[in-house]
Amino acid sequence: MNRMKYVLVSWTRVAGLTAVALLTLGPVIWTVSTSFRAPAESFDLPPRIIPGHATTEAYHQVFAQIDVWLLALNSTLVTALIAVGQMITAGLAGYSFARLEFRFKKPLFGLVLATMMVPVQVTIVPVFLLLKPMGLTDTLLGLIVPAWPTAFGTFLMRQYFLGMPKDLGEAALIDGAGPWRIFRSVYAPLATPGLAIIGVLAFNYHWNEFFRPLILETSPQNFTLPLGLVSLQGNLGTGSISVVLAGVVLSMIPAMAVFVIGQRPLREGITSAGVNR
Amino acid sequence: MTAPVLSRRPAPAASATAPRRSLKDRGTRLLAALFLAPTLVGVLVFTVVPIVGSVVLSFFHWDVIGTPRFAGTDNYTQVFTDDTVLVSFTNTLIFMVFAVALQLLLALALALTLTNRMPSWLRSTFRSAFFFPLILSAASISVVMKYLFNQDFGVVNWLLGHVGIAPVPWLTSEHSAMAAVILVYVWQQFGFSFLLFVGGLNTIPKEIHEASSLDGASGLRKHLSITLPLLSPTLLVASVVGIINALQVFEQPYVLTDGGPGDATRTVVMVIYQSAFEQLRFGEASAIGVLLFVLIMAVTALQFRLSRRFVHYQ
Repeated sequence: MNRMKYVLVSWTRVAGLTAVALLTLGPVIWTVSTSFRAPAESFDLPPRIIPGHATTEAYHQVFAQIDVWLLALNSTLVTALIAVGQMITAGLAGYSFARLEFRFKKPLFGLVLATMMVPVQVTIVPVFLLLKPMGLTDTLLGLIVPAWPTAFGTFLMRQYFLGMPKDLGEAALIDGAGPWRIFRSVYAPLATPGLAIIGVLAFNYHWNEFFRPLILETSPQNFTLPLGLVSLQGNLGTGSISVVLAGVVLSMIPAMAVFVIGQRPLREGITSAGVNR
Repeated sequence: MTAPVLSRRPAPAASATAPRRSLKDRGTRLLAALFLAPTLVGVLVFTVVPIVGSVVLSFFHWDVIGTPRFAGTDNYTQVFTDDTVLVSFTNTLIFMVFAVALQLLLALALALTLTNRMPSWLRSTFRSAFFFPLILSAASISVVMKYLFNQDFGVVNWLLGHVGIAPVPWLTSEHSAMAAVILVYVWQQFGFSFLLFVGGLNTIPKEIHEASSLDGASGLRKHLSITLPLLSPTLLVASVVGIINALQVFEQPYVLTDGGPGDATRTVVMVIYQSAFEQLRFGEASAIGVLLFVLIMAVTALQFRLSRRFVHYQ
């Protein structure tokens, strides 16, 4: 009897979780399948998962309407340079706060942590006014440079370096290594997985970023993919959502690649935010 | 203050290692300065100065082209008498309450359902499925959702039709637009809290549950008296992050409804964007930004205060 109840409970659990998983993935599956329908059939109900006449027409239209390659190049440049920049700044700052001794260490760390609370929307007007005289509005550089310092990344890397044994550095010190050598040859190589977390998180966040590009970029040749996509929406008037959805699918591809390759670092980055204390 | 500093300095030639030691200290400080420079300069230039700038700017009238005129508290009185701005604050708070509550409840229920007794491939499949929407851009997923929630040809109403529910004017009615925005937001975000909870649950030692089972505790009883208190630090983080994010909601209402119908889904950040970059009222936008910042600080501070009574650390 007890055995049967246990089996029943497990099956209810699996059924419930499956239902939620279908709801979560459903819109994505619908997006991919509709993007392969002929634009004229894109509103057909019921939404068939496998389109009757699969066609890549919608994709051809996306490429005809917006310069996908340029947008993808912009997005890649911005995202990659932010990710690398954040890995460098967070790695260096995190190491300093974890392993080096200097004056005002605590208040400085407090200052960096406090900026984690400041939403980008609150500072965007002054940042815009700051970038304008420097000629950096409506440039990709204006998107990249302000995103380099990362309070969350610094916090994460500090935790990461704090988790490494102190003895390693002390042993190197006895062997006559200076502070730079200790960082370069002992601790930095061990930090690679932590830096990967920062890189993947930064890639995911900035590849999808919408608010800052919307404000900073005004010329279409400086648009990133999310901005270009939203401009595809004019197609609704002509009745072809498959074109819009083909654009969405194109923008998802790199994000999905990062999901497949970087799932573990991404998950660890998010999980450690809640568990480290 | 000076005395301890003096005493910490090693006496000259006190030991053979003294000169090397001081060299090392100077080297360390130099290295720290070099390592910290990019982050500290960046934080100063792109966060600290802009916050001060926002506060200063909120006391001026400025359209970028002309010279700024001192406005006193005009911008603030303007904000407090502007119906759109007031409605946007109400909308944002309503959004926050429902979005965060739904997101946390769903995530917690799922994290508790996903037990260790399941085969690991099944666990990781579910985990990936719930986590997947997080990797997508909020703007482009909102474009997709705009079609799914369409009154006439959207899949959502088509599905509801099968269970006998009449088509809902999701995005075009003042009564349901906010609900649609919340659903889309929660759909994308709950995976974040879910991952936090799974991580938190993994840190709870198994022995505690086993001991309580031996004492005859039931499933629900175990969750209420053991799991939840032990998970409370994670709950705190999830709700703080959830609230801070929800108060900044922008992409979903911007793409789904453009704040409408009327002002039904206009949020604070949308109003900041519109008054600054569409109407070029930078002073007023800054004033709203300052108020949003104060609101976020206040809510977070309140949460930490309340949490002192409810959060238990192991």
